[in-house]
Amino acid sequence: MTETTRTVSLNVPVLARVEGEGALDLSLAGGEIAQLRLRIFEPPRFFEKFLEGRHYDEIPDLVARICGICPVAYQVTAAQALERLYGVELSPWARAMRRAFYCGEWIQSHSLHIHLLAAPDFFGCGSAIELAKIAPDAVRRGLRLQGLGNALMDLFGARSVHPVGVRIGGFHAAPPAAKVRALRERLVAALPEAEALIRWAAAIPLPPDDQDFISVAMRHADRYAIEQGDIAASDGLSIGADAYDAHFAERHAPHSTALYSDYRGRPYLVGPLARLNLNPDRLPERLRALLAEIGFAPPSRNMFHSLLARAAEIWLALDEAARLLAGYRVPDSPWTPVEPRAGVATGCTEAPRGLLWHRYEMDAAGRVVNARIVPPTSQNQARIEEDLRLSLLNFGLDRPDDALRLHCEKVIRNYDPCISCATHFLRLNVARA
Amino acid sequence: MDGARKPRVAVHKFSSCDGCQLALLNLGETLLTLADRVEFVHFAEAGPMDPEAEVDVAFVEGSLSTPEDLERIRRIRARSRVLVAIGACAVAGGVQALRNAADGAAWVAQLYAHPEAIDSLAQSLPLAGAVKIDHELHGCPVDGAQMVAALGALLLGAPPRPESDKVCVECKRQGHPCVMVSRGIPCLGPVTRAGCGALCPGLGRDCYGCYGPAENANTDALAARFRALGLDAAAVARRFGAINSQAPAFLAAARKAGAA
Repeated sequence: MTETTRTVSLNVPVLARVEGEGALDLSLAGGEIAQLRLRIFEPPRFFEKFLEGRHYDEIPDLVARICGICPVAYQVTAAQALERLYGVELSPWARAMRRAFYCGEWIQSHSLHIHLLAAPDFFGCGSAIELAKIAPDAVRRGLRLQGLGNALMDLFGARSVHPVGVRIGGFHAAPPAAKVRALRERLVAALPEAEALIRWAAAIPLPPDDQDFISVAMRHADRYAIEQGDIAASDGLSIGADAYDAHFAERHAPHSTALYSDYRGRPYLVGPLARLNLNPDRLPERLRALLAEIGFAPPSRNMFHSLLARAAEIWLALDEAARLLAGYRVPDSPWTPVEPRAGVATGCTEAPRGLLWHRYEMDAAGRVVNARIVPPTSQNQARIEEDLRLSLLNFGLDRPDDALRLHCEKVIRNYDPCISCATHFLRLNVARA
Repeated sequence: MDGARKPRVAVHKFSSCDGCQLALLNLGETLLTLADRVEFVHFAEAGPMDPEAEVDVAFVEGSLSTPEDLERIRRIRARSRVLVAIGACAVAGGVQALRNAADGAAWVAQLYAHPEAIDSLAQSLPLAGAVKIDHELHGCPVDGAQMVAALGALLLGAPPRPESDKVCVECKRQGHPCVMVSRGIPCLGPVTRAGCGALCPGLGRDCYGCYGPAENANTDALAARFRALGLDAAAVARRFGAINSQAPAFLAAARKAGAA
């Protein structure tokens, strides 16, 4: 059998260095890809079902449990959706602190992904622990940034995994000014570290892998969209959260416990690179200049730029949080009182891995009638499979099995898939064949 | 353990949010120190991948919810000298055990276009539902210091010391005003195991029981107090039936409240 006609069956039963557990099946026959599937098999956890009947003030603590890495995204998205339904105007303090809190999660999650999950691939290492032996300063810098992200989440939530500070209407408590000042100094002091990280990430040689894809991300009138903004796509779409359903469709494939999402019948990208692609004009001037200096000019069609995009967003989140915490004062009340009413609450935010959308139908007593949550990883799932096909063809199917497998894993890790998230959100009332 | 080789440690995951493994991944510099002292032979999220390896200590996160899960935890048990269940999912089935009270098959049919492809047990089980557990670390999530202390104790041949206090005791120690006495907020602190550092009362809010029931938890008295504070029966049942709904003391309290 010649190289071009060989039959290869690659099976990676558990993907390393992704959040949650998924697998990859690839078979090649006659020089073509016969089958390629990202298999997500984590058992469903039925969050949408057991949210039914719960009172609105229980929701932030429950939805946090969908994901230990991005609990803030779930808490803030749910809170904002409900606040919109209940007609609550958050105080300027609470609005600013929600955004600062969310920055903490971006810093933590992106630092974890770059250093512990993605970077080892590019240095021939199997783990960050190995990478620390050849690039100790870079790994330690990454762990320090991750720790700082955690500290920012702690500031408002008392802990960084399943923080306990968010309530509908604001926060349960306001951190004392002295603590905020001390943390802000650390944020400012970390900006040069983040700059060094960007330069380090930019120096990693990347495979050229241009592909045509649609980016979907939030966009805000005057700042980089994190927790506020409309949903935009690279083809010009611009809609509010309540119109999401009219443009994006989910479907279930039997090999996956996560649902796939399509936009106009096509896969699409969400996450840091999609955000940068749609919002280069919303970056702070200093960051724009730094990216120009290193020769990175989004929009980019190469998914391997996603590691650099994460590094850029770490800088952005540090800078933004430092700005928001400048001149901090303890408010009269950290929350605004809430009066429940019946109706449908929708909301979205930019989780570290991309657009996160929630919809709750609520009764007049403030209880959930039904819930639907679309996490970023299930939106990316179809795009990951499409990318793997194109990327493998660019890479060359005649490479040895190990090289093919490593390439596939690198491609998958570009998306920072969170399989725990993806399997926890399952659409209600899917039409059955 | 022989002195020549490093102790071998595995971290396994079942149905969960990954948050308890983060207790290790969030350790920062300490993670690198730890990696010098022990060998992580299996820790998929961090990279090392050898699920069948024999280990001295296995930390297991998550609850069991498929037939394959039962098979896999038995294999892990057979290859691990000490097996430690970490977090509410592994210890009590976790938040996803809320499905245990419902018709799981009907839920699958409502959620998936291809329900036949979803292999799911009727219940979300704690690890102890299938194998013998040597130690439990409580919490949703467990905390990094708690993990390191447990691993340190185990490597010295001592059992980790379980928390036996209640959150109330921790709260008094920290000098927080009682949210239930001073503001009438229904707090689970009087029946919940200590270990978190009384984080919620520290922010002026109610404890919601994420460390699970303490020993000798007087749930009857607390349920009566909740009713006196104005909660209806269903609300009392929901207070006990949340993150640790299948922990026996909370399960019984929720049933009793719901039946009242």
